[in-house]
Amino acid sequence: MSTHSAPGTPHYYVPRPTHYPVTLSGALFLLALGFILKINAYAPGPWFMLAAAALILYVLFGWFGAIIRESATRAYGDWEDRSFRHGMVWFIASEVAFFAAFFGALFYVRIISVPDLLSLLDSHGWTLYPEYQGLSWPQSGAGPKAMEFTPMGAWGIPALNTALLLSSGATVTWAHWGLLRDNRRQLILGLALTILLGFSFLGFQAWEYHHAYSELGLTLGAGVYGATFFMLTGFHGFHVTLGAIMLTVIFIRCLKGHFDAGNHFAFEGVAWYWHFVDVVWLLLFVFVYWL
Amino acid sequence: MNTATTTTANGHAPHGDGHYGGALRWLTTTNHKDIGTMYLTFALIMFFVGGAMILAVRAELFQPGLQLMQPEFFNQLIGVHALVMIFAALMPAATGFANWQIPLMIGAPDMALPRLNNWGFWLLPPAAILLTLPFPLALLGIGDGAIATGWTFYAPLSVQGGIGVDFAIFAVHILGISSILGSINIIVTIFNLRAPGMTMMKLPLFCWGWLITAFLLIATIPVLAGAVTMLLTDRHFGTHFFNAAGGGDPILFQHLFWFFGHPEVYILLLPVWGLMPHVLATFSRKSVYGYKGQVYGFVAIGLLSVVVWAHHFFTAGLPVPALLYFMYSTMSISLPLAVLFFCWIATMWRGSMSFETPMLFAVGFIVLFGIAGLTGLVLADVAADAQYHHSYFVVAHFHYALFAGGIMGVMTGVYYWLPKWTGRMYSETLGKWHFWLTVLSFNLTFMPQFFLGLAGMPRRIPDYALQFAEFNAISTVGAFILGISQLLFAWNIIQCVRGRGAPAASRAWEGATGLEWELSSPPPHHSWEVQPRVK
Amino acid sequence: MKRPVSLLTALSACLPLTARADYRWSFPEPATPIARDTLAIHNEFMLIITVLFVVVFAIMIYSMARHRKSLGHEPAQFSGPRGRLQWFWVLVPFAILLFIDFVLMGIPAFHAVIEMEDTRTRADMVVKVTGYQWKWQYEYPDDGIKFMSNLATPPEQIGNAAPKGEHYLLEVDNPLVLPVGRKVRVLLTSTDVIHTWWVPQFGVKRDAIPGFIRETWVRIEQPGIYRGQCAELCGKGHGFMPVVVKAVSEPEYLAWRDAKKSELAQAASGSDRVWSKDELLAQGKEVYAQQCAVCHQPEGQGLPPAFPALAGSKVVNGPLLGMDGRPAAGSHVDRVMNGKEGTAMQAFKNTLTDVELAAVITHERNSFGNRMGDMIQPAQIKALRQEAK
Ligand code: HEA
Ligand code: HEA
Ligand code: CUA
Ligand SMILES: [Cu+2]
Repeated sequence: MSTHSAPGTPHYYVPRPTHYPVTLSGALFLLALGFILKINAYAPGPWFMLAAAALILYVLFGWFGAIIRESATRAYGDWEDRSFRHGMVWFIASEVAFFAAFFGALFYVRIISVPDLLSLLDSHGWTLYPEYQGLSWPQSGAGPKAMEFTPMGAWGIPALNTALLLSSGATVTWAHWGLLRDNRRQLILGLALTILLGFSFLGFQAWEYHHAYSELGLTLGAGVYGATFFMLTGFHGFHVTLGAIMLTVIFIRCLKGHFDAGNHFAFEGVAWYWHFVDVVWLLLFVFVYWL
Repeated sequence: MNTATTTTANGHAPHGDGHYGGALRWLTTTNHKDIGTMYLTFALIMFFVGGAMILAVRAELFQPGLQLMQPEFFNQLIGVHALVMIFAALMPAATGFANWQIPLMIGAPDMALPRLNNWGFWLLPPAAILLTLPFPLALLGIGDGAIATGWTFYAPLSVQGGIGVDFAIFAVHILGISSILGSINIIVTIFNLRAPGMTMMKLPLFCWGWLITAFLLIATIPVLAGAVTMLLTDRHFGTHFFNAAGGGDPILFQHLFWFFGHPEVYILLLPVWGLMPHVLATFSRKSVYGYKGQVYGFVAIGLLSVVVWAHHFFTAGLPVPALLYFMYSTMSISLPLAVLFFCWIATMWRGSMSFETPMLFAVGFIVLFGIAGLTGLVLADVAADAQYHHSYFVVAHFHYALFAGGIMGVMTGVYYWLPKWTGRMYSETLGKWHFWLTVLSFNLTFMPQFFLGLAGMPRRIPDYALQFAEFNAISTVGAFILGISQLLFAWNIIQCVRGRGAPAASRAWEGATGLEWELSSPPPHHSWEVQPRVK
Repeated sequence: MKRPVSLLTALSACLPLTARADYRWSFPEPATPIARDTLAIHNEFMLIITVLFVVVFAIMIYSMARHRKSLGHEPAQFSGPRGRLQWFWVLVPFAILLFIDFVLMGIPAFHAVIEMEDTRTRADMVVKVTGYQWKWQYEYPDDGIKFMSNLATPPEQIGNAAPKGEHYLLEVDNPLVLPVGRKVRVLLTSTDVIHTWWVPQFGVKRDAIPGFIRETWVRIEQPGIYRGQCAELCGKGHGFMPVVVKAVSEPEYLAWRDAKKSELAQAASGSDRVWSKDELLAQGKEVYAQQCAVCHQPEGQGLPPAFPALAGSKVVNGPLLGMDGRPAAGSHVDRVMNGKEGTAMQAFKNTLTDVELAAVITHERNSFGNRMGDMIQPAQIKALRQEAK
């Protein structure tokens, strides 16, 4: 299979056979199996997960390594590049849908289920929770499971984190400009700043969680408030972590001078991803912390 | 079946560097045809597995009383049957079509992202294993069997359930990743790899159908993933999404599930609806009627499908305005579908028809899916649904849609394209036998279930009152004939793959039009090394 | 092409059958206004879709019969109408379909929904229905009546060891008794998973959702016994929790009500006297068969891991209560009275009387090879209940 476009007719690059995908699938299987065994208290679980983690790392390095080599040897032209961009866009779209599910849950409990529970007596002349009343939000429910907690305020750490993440969005764009007009200093500096901001965001987030658990009595088990709070911010935090790691990789590749103004899909892909977690955070700040 | 397929799929153009032989080839391939073949093979196998499960169920339902199995096991079988048939048989079959046909039809060298394409397939076997592993594990005394909640995972039953639920949750996660990868690949291929001159309004309808399917998958599969994730944390990490005691609500799960679940049914059929006009036009020797109308129809169906989900739980006690909204919005889906039916029939109208097996299946599909759709329409009525809901009337409805619509649609495509894929003509007589046996035994199986439902038999029960005995007996007999008939299908395919049967011309069907018929049968290893120009 | 024609006629012949009110092919005899409504709507709809089906496919079959290659029919060359004609072909069918969907079908549906959901206006009485795995509890709040309704079909019939009775799987020990001609507002909830309360002849089906309350209503027109089933998958017993409603005339109903009241009072008073161990064991054996045997099995061997064995069980052979005389977590009394979170083991204090609880606990400790030898008195249970409040 010839990998280089013959002059004249454009040739789309079709990679050689590779074992990385199937290996990764095997790893995911082990991971799932291990996790299932673990949460059901079967001993070997963690070992499976460990093996899976190792495999996954191996694949990540091998697979991305191959891709980087290909792009270094200019196996890709604009045609392939366009595929990657489209692909990244639709991948991010699916991520949006994933977060939509959790936001949907948040709105549902705030607008429908908790108000219903509070108004059982009025609407049916019968209630299952005689001494249950109070605000419809924040709420941890009516049953024996309901617990005392203080909701997380918006204007402390969260506000600070908003500032951090927004400015990180700016710096990464600034770095991109640098790349576009071959200003290496600006590129490196911009990326370095972005990564710094990203990780400090995570630092504060971790601190906030500790604060929630140790002082506010706000835990994953604190009714629907705790559940939606931690699942939404948690998944976001997880995505920020991924984003920060990807940024770091890109940073190293910039130091190695992998990119130029014309060819830097990897950089843009990561930048888009970063903006995406940015936007999600804004929604979180408004609907989880503030309102 | 691998080694067999090897001979045909690379019967052409021995290809160069870095290609492994034997099993390794299939594990590592980045070729859209190999991957398509794997999808289709996997789908066929899982169709038999899922079918075998439900044959056990039908056998138990042959007469009143518990003869063969305990209720727990019965509940596990029906849920896994459904998950296997939908996620491991019907969806992979459609994706197999996409992999084989889209590059051929739009003049592309391959799929846009071949490595992800390979990954998309190889995620399926692990998922299928996760889904079914709990059965053998239970025999070893680990856990109490597979998920026993039906395929709908309803909380709190699924919160209460055993280890099987966890297996199903992660199976769904992995299947989800696979579907997303497949969708991204298809969207990108269609947007970026079309032959010069092929505008979107010249795109073959099959590709249009799949394009909408892909969008729906990307929009809804992640929501399902989110729902089962909440289920997982409710089960093991103390959250209360679906527990009133913590302010949550079991109905929240139903909203999330059906926000995925209803579009899912169009995800399953849009590729088939895209395929139909090709087949009908070919065997009517006439061009497709109302191409534009059908494209707009697909788009309309795609849009409507994500705003009607609550018709699956009318009896859960939604407020009246919601009931009315979901009733009317659901009914309005009949409009775009009426357009499709109209175009299908108009494509046949005043053509010059001949009825080879694919055409037979296409016609059978139209009629039987018509029954599915029309009964679906009455299900959409809130008042009447109070009687139909969770009765066998629903079971009948959706088997007319899923088997007669989905599986028979897929069979249409297989018979239509098999000559292209294998370079061999299948046995026409076997094909006709397969068609008539399938159609007759299918109706024998599911027509009685409409009446069972009307008479008041609930679904998902392992044992039933005496008044339901006759119809159940008939249905079981039908199911077994139906099952055995499918062996003809498998045999017919295997014969072609083994290179038996008359060699197929590049244009295997007299009336066939489109780029895929301009390549040799089977096509060269790299479909369109040089893209054709479409005028 | 004879075969497809005959096949299709066969199919279209099947559909209209559903439109006949004969219950073999359609809904059972309606017994409430709602049921009559839904049946009427069902029949109308079946008619509509049958017509649609026949029309649409008559055209197709005609074409299949006439426009065939074998008859030498030449393909026409059109791929869609143009200009004016196009709009005609688009708008006219759409108009027809809109009319069918939103007028012919939409309007009757609208009225039926409104009536069906109106549970409040002029309701004569209220009944509370609570779903349990796998039985129903009925409560008459105005009269302080409350009882369980269990499947009455003996296991031998289900296991094919005995011939099946006429009402196999559709018979209960205590049916819900309602007066005819009264609008009964039904409030539904559940303690464990979602169940669905369904009596086909009433035309109502409503989910019972744990932690929430749902409503429906019935006005039964004729005295009689009406049978239905739980319609939401709720675990292994889903097929075995029927709904049986006994509709009687007003006076009969009142008589039944007073009798039931005194009967319940009887049972309650039982907890004030001291019971002998043998009495408890005798009573306990019955309660066990009724309430526990489904899961823990008649011989207490259970169905592990989902349903643990009682024979040799740690809980059963453990202390009755905690050191402080209270039902310490995991003690036998606690487990039976308060159940176990997240499992099918429910809090039986909600469903059993003091006597029944004391009896069944005593029975468990002294059967299946368990030899604790001790017992607990109904009075003790009663006291524990007071404390809990
Ligand atoms: C491929 C699968 C598929 C398809 C295509 C459909 C199509 C439709 N379905 Fe079905 N459905 C299922 C699979 C499918 N369904 C499944 C699996 C379930 C059960 C899930 C579970 O609970 O386990 C279900 C359940 C289900 C319910 C819930 C029933 C209940 O549980 O109470 C409802 C209610 O509205 C419904 C409605 C519809 C409608 C209105 C359509 C429409 O799309 C139909 C449109 C088609 C037509 C209308 C016919 C063609 C048109 C003409 C011939 C022109 C003339 C017609 C008119 C003008 C009316 N379906
Ligand atoms: C694409 C989807 C699909 C397909 C193709 C089918 C195919 C079939 N289904 Fe299924 N079914 C569902 C989707 C599907 N089903 C869903 C979603 C549900 C709801 C589940 C729930 O309630 O949660 C359901 C539930 C369901 C029920 C209701 C169970 C209950 O509520 O109690 C029944 C009962 O008759 C049934 C029957 C059948 C039959 C007879 C077939 C036949 O068409 C199958 C024919 C094919 C074969 C029989 C294969 C051939 C097998 C052999 C030749 C023998 C074995 C050989 C080997 C293994 C090598 N199905
Ligand atoms: Cu209770 Cu099904
Ligand atoms: Cu639906």
